[in-house]
Amino acid sequence: MIEIDGITKIYGETPVVDNVTLTVDPGTICVVVGTSGSGKTTLMRMINRLVEPTSGTIRIDGEDTRNVPAYELRRRIGYAIQGHGLFPHRSVGQNIATVPKLLGWDKPRIANRVDELMDLFQLDPAQFRDRLPNELSGGQQQRVGVARALAAEPNILLMDEPYGALDPVIRAKAQEDLLAIQRRFKTTIVLVTHDMEEAIHLGSKIAVMDKGKLLQYDVPQQIIARPATPFVAELIGTSERPFRLLSLGRVADHIEPGEATGTPLDAGVSLRDAYAELLWSGRPALPVTRDGAVVGQVTLAQLSRLAARPQ
Amino acid sequence: MKIGLVVRLIVLLLLLAFLVSPQSFAGFFTLLTKNNQPPIYNQGSLLDLTLNHLAIVGIATLAATIIAVGLAILVTRPFGAEFLPLSRSLANIGQTFPPVAVLALAVPMLGFGTAPTLVALFLYGLLPIFENTLTGLSNLPSAVTDAAKGVGMTGWQRLLKVELPLALPVILAGIRLSVVISLATATIGSTVAARTLGEVIIAGLLSGNTAFVLQGGLIVGALAVLIYDALSALERFLMARTGQAGRAAA
Repeated sequence: MIEIDGITKIYGETPVVDNVTLTVDPGTICVVVGTSGSGKTTLMRMINRLVEPTSGTIRIDGEDTRNVPAYELRRRIGYAIQGHGLFPHRSVGQNIATVPKLLGWDKPRIANRVDELMDLFQLDPAQFRDRLPNELSGGQQQRVGVARALAAEPNILLMDEPYGALDPVIRAKAQEDLLAIQRRFKTTIVLVTHDMEEAIHLGSKIAVMDKGKLLQYDVPQQIIARPATPFVAELIGTSERPFRLLSLGRVADHIEPGEATGTPLDAGVSLRDAYAELLWSGRPALPVTRDGAVVGQVTLAQLSRLAARPQ
Repeated sequence: MKIGLVVRLIVLLLLLAFLVSPQSFAGFFTLLTKNNQPPIYNQGSLLDLTLNHLAIVGIATLAATIIAVGLAILVTRPFGAEFLPLSRSLANIGQTFPPVAVLALAVPMLGFGTAPTLVALFLYGLLPIFENTLTGLSNLPSAVTDAAKGVGMTGWQRLLKVELPLALPVILAGIRLSVVISLATATIGSTVAARTLGEVIIAGLLSGNTAFVLQGGLIVGALAVLIYDALSALERFLMARTGQAGRAAA
């Protein structure tokens, strides 16, 4: 659990982060959204003390972060950034092994962990372990960056625009990977982005920041349905609201009895994708399959109701 | 590249052959002498002089490297930032002082011989190494230094494991400049009785023997070119090895 309590950072005269209080529950993803200069990155960097707060406290699992030396604190917190920040003179394997090495793990344990993580991120250890980062594609570098951040099995992972430099296809894949890993290890993640789409997709809760202030901190449904200020509404985009709302649900939760005709949809796809498919196929309903077997149907009428503003 | 390598090999072999057995080249150098002057330097072994010359340059450069790199590391740390302007001007003064003046000033204190030459070369070598180390340490990619901090490296660990290895090719470029300047400047040391290849040139000038002047000059020239090339090759190798092939050498 991360408790941010009345945190303020002032550079010169200007408060960059202004009296922000929020709590990130263990095992959840908190996405901090804002435009550039909103203070979102500074807020995140105060969690691992890359930036020292001017006032306020941050507690991790109840302990004030100032009670341990900054470098020790950082070894316990995974840190992945835009442009990955891999050490260009060190091989992929050495990059991933950075924190375990700093913590003094023994060699076999480090080697096992590196191979395990490379497998997890679909990088063949035999093929990639000894390569230098500049011999990898952008997507691979990004995966190595996250693997390095997770190497010492931290409870907390901080990510600063981790997918900013990736093309949309690779970004979508990387986001799915992150969600899978988060579910598996129950890591608490704080992710900073300027992309509301990404925030809604990944966040258990979304913190919207502007000019150093926390405008709203809530679950995505509430952020979409009840934006606290016009600025939050603007970030969501008024014409996008129904679709963003739909994107939060899965077909699996809204299957209706009945038999429709047409190309079946998998129960795992999002309601938004199902809605798009219904519109595109021009049918009022499509069959839904789970593990290959038809289990019911999803209807345009039902999705239209779900896309309406919650009362 | 291939032809360049062959030329360098030939130069190296010629240089070694000449140093080991100068008399074999007497026929060529006789063409440059008048009135039955000796064609080959005969007041000492050319090999000894060359080794001594290299040793003086080596020691001076080593000392300059230790001090300049140390100073640059110091002033790029948070606690040393205040000393940056001071250390910069110190290194600049070392460079602007003409080596002959340093020799002249050092002789009364240190006497004739190798010592004043070492001092002059040391002072002269500081600036290029200092400036390059400073450039190398302060122009690191910000994502990399940020990550080094973020993973929990201490200041020393960042310096030794990330900053210095990445700055090494640029530092080496400074050492290369310094070595080449020193190789040439060391010849002046012979005016205050340091045993360098300057002896050969001065002997030639005094006796009007063009062959001597040319011998001394050619050896120093060949050494400078070969060492310059070898260090450049090492830099390119390190650039590639540290995954920075894209970063231009300063």
